[in-house]
Amino acid sequence: MNRNAPRLFHPHLPHIGRRGLLLGFSALMAAGQARLAVAGTSLPGSLPGTGEARLVIVLLRGALDGLASVPAYGDPDFAALRGGLALPEPGQEGGLLDLGGFFGLHPALSRLHGFYMAGEALILQAAAGPYRTRSHFDAQDMLESGGPERLASGWLNRALAGLDEAASAEASRRAVAVGADMPLLLRGPSQVGMYQAAGGGRPHPDLYARLAELAHDDPVLGPVVAEGLRGRRYAESRLGEERRRNGFSELAAAAGTLLAAPDGPRVAALELGGWDTHAEQNARLRGPLGHLDAGLGALRDSLGEAWRHTAVLVMTEFGRTVRVNGNAGTDHGTGGAAFLLGGAVAGGRVMADWPGLGAGRLLENRDLQPTLDLRRVAKGLLRDHLCLPGTALEAAFPGSADAAPLAGLLRG
Amino acid sequence: MDTRSIHAAIRFGLGTRPDQPPPADPLPWLRAQITGPAPPLLPPAKGGTHPSLDECFETWLEDEREPLPENRNMHRRALHLQEREALFAEAILTPAPFRERLVWFWANHFTVSRRSNAVTPLAGDHLRSAIRPHVTGSFADMLLAAVRHPAMLYYLDQDRSIGPNSPLGKRARRGLNENLAREILELHTLSPAAGYAQEDVTQFAALLSGLSVIRTRPPFGTEFRAGAHEPGPKTILGRQFGEGEAAIEEAFRWLAAHEATHRHLALKLAQHFVADTPPPAATRRLFGVLRDTGGDLGAVSLALLDLPEAWAPPLGKLRTPQDFSIAAHRALGAGVEAGRAALAMADALGQPLWFAPAPAGWPDTAAEWSSPEGILQRLDRAYQLAGRHSRLDPVAVLEATLGPLARAETVTAIRRAGSPRDGLTLLLGSPEFQRR
Repeated sequence: MNRNAPRLFHPHLPHIGRRGLLLGFSALMAAGQARLAVAGTSLPGSLPGTGEARLVIVLLRGALDGLASVPAYGDPDFAALRGGLALPEPGQEGGLLDLGGFFGLHPALSRLHGFYMAGEALILQAAAGPYRTRSHFDAQDMLESGGPERLASGWLNRALAGLDEAASAEASRRAVAVGADMPLLLRGPSQVGMYQAAGGGRPHPDLYARLAELAHDDPVLGPVVAEGLRGRRYAESRLGEERRRNGFSELAAAAGTLLAAPDGPRVAALELGGWDTHAEQNARLRGPLGHLDAGLGALRDSLGEAWRHTAVLVMTEFGRTVRVNGNAGTDHGTGGAAFLLGGAVAGGRVMADWPGLGAGRLLENRDLQPTLDLRRVAKGLLRDHLCLPGTALEAAFPGSADAAPLAGLLRG
Repeated sequence: MDTRSIHAAIRFGLGTRPDQPPPADPLPWLRAQITGPAPPLLPPAKGGTHPSLDECFETWLEDEREPLPENRNMHRRALHLQEREALFAEAILTPAPFRERLVWFWANHFTVSRRSNAVTPLAGDHLRSAIRPHVTGSFADMLLAAVRHPAMLYYLDQDRSIGPNSPLGKRARRGLNENLAREILELHTLSPAAGYAQEDVTQFAALLSGLSVIRTRPPFGTEFRAGAHEPGPKTILGRQFGEGEAAIEEAFRWLAAHEATHRHLALKLAQHFVADTPPPAATRRLFGVLRDTGGDLGAVSLALLDLPEAWAPPLGKLRTPQDFSIAAHRALGAGVEAGRAALAMADALGQPLWFAPAPAGWPDTAAEWSSPEGILQRLDRAYQLAGRHSRLDPVAVLEATLGPLARAETVTAIRRAGSPRDGLTLLLGSPEFQRR
């Protein structure tokens, strides 16, 4: 098999079974076209429900610090609480990118800032899911499953399953997961395609650091891992940015290309880790934020004309503590930041019912108080962007009557 | 999970599977794998049965009937891939992992490698029919089967060795090829410690002349061509052998029963099951069992279980890439379809199955497998594999896989991981998981 050929995973076809997951990309595309021809239906893009609209969900696993990505530098308590984690204010060297005088954007997010300036990015602050666990695994499960308790399927999959029969016959190509494994978000009754670039990516720097720490005291592996990481850093410094990619940009570009195709999927999910910054946060965040920013840029570039029909929701399982911990990092928190961007988004603004950071304002005297339920954002996108009926919203987020779809996310 | 049972499953077996928790008292479980019958092999992933030696040769002929280069040995390569995947799938799923580890150990001892093209269609049968049936039997029988198998005769050029004074040798003006004879003495039996000389190698090569392969028509397989056999008696390490096929078998049995062979095998077994530099006492005990039983591999396998050194914590052997790949897939409860992925992982980490660089087989010491980039690639592969299993709970996998052998800092790191994928990567990348 050609090692460089992209591979498509297609895990929800029981007659193929798991063995069938390792199909060649061209083979599966051909199979998909054949199915279309047999069904004799119109192109998926014109199926009821989705139209031209594209929806991309980017999951940031590990809990991105919302006050690092979107610092509220204008809040009078911000500087004191954040101490050494606070970056210089906008206009200073290495300073934040301004979002209108109160919030800023981390300087590694320059392309996102460009989208904001072009009116194509909406910055959400003090957002969270409805759960109040600080366990990564539990919170990610809840964020993706969308239920009041852990469910075996994801909200996005169930939302798509709400489409009518004719549509679900084509559902394997309606959505695509991009990455090494099907996220819970897209698991469920609807068939979902899966794409993984050859290679599968490398651990993010923080995970390498933890692996090196685990090996540190080992007489054989300790020196070897340290030396290996030194050697790679040297090679990368010589080979340049080209070799420093973690694969996210490539996956994002692939997702954009798939979504841009007239007969391609309309919904995609991507994920990126490396956010669990318990120590040395400023140094360790720069890489993942840069990857995220480059990936969002690559996604926009490969979408081409389809960008104007696209909404991209970037979210994480929870925020982090407002105060700095003892290791120049932050611990698991609650309220955090999210991003909504795309040509279809009514952007150029920060959406935040800012709870403040002062005395008595923090949740349990440690976390940013969440004031926006992420389910409201997701439901708003399902209703107003994918034009799904209320039944689909209820299937996606059962028992969420108190979280009404958020209006006004999209350009009229 | 009990320390001793996890230790047993990792050291003697191939790593734990969540659906095969080792019993609290592992000894009867391990012993039964040696004294009881071998479990039936999994069928090939595509269904059907494993090919017979005849079918392997037929596959080879199919390639030759079709003109090159369009074919590019397609049939042979497809068969070989099937064999490679099947062996990994067997290792991932076997309920008799101690026995299966012995199969891999002895297959490495009698390495065949497709660096010789003719090995490609035959390697699977070599392992299945020459190694498997003898891992708990007599070493002499395994030696006879493994070195007279067509895969070995091709790999070590025995098919081109012709006695210069044989009728064929005189007619064709061709001579001996010493490759197989030398490697049998050096690697498979005596080892250089026995002090043989070049003349012993030459004499042994003369004795082996005539061993060849029929591959173009049935009955396929090994044949003895009397017309290519060097006439006259041969002397090896002072012992005289006659002519012909019977003399060859007599020489193999004599070598298999030689004390130097038993010392060599005892050292390799101790190195595999105890430590890179095993305590001499452990090697001596294994040697004693081989000597006293006339090379009974079942008896020496049971003796491994009685070595206190093999049970002494901590587990110090570094997993080879093949070991690592198998253990990682077992830890994640992978199914038969993972044979291909496990194979690909070992290939990528520098230990491609049936592609050893030399007849000595793959090295078995940490020094050979701990290059910085090699270990980093192992971590990268762990991360990629973890990405395909990120619905598993890393803490539960940790408990079933390492249990009490995990250090506190490893447990903490996995509990604190930012995602299940990161947690599984930390587990598979931890120093504990690199050991067996």
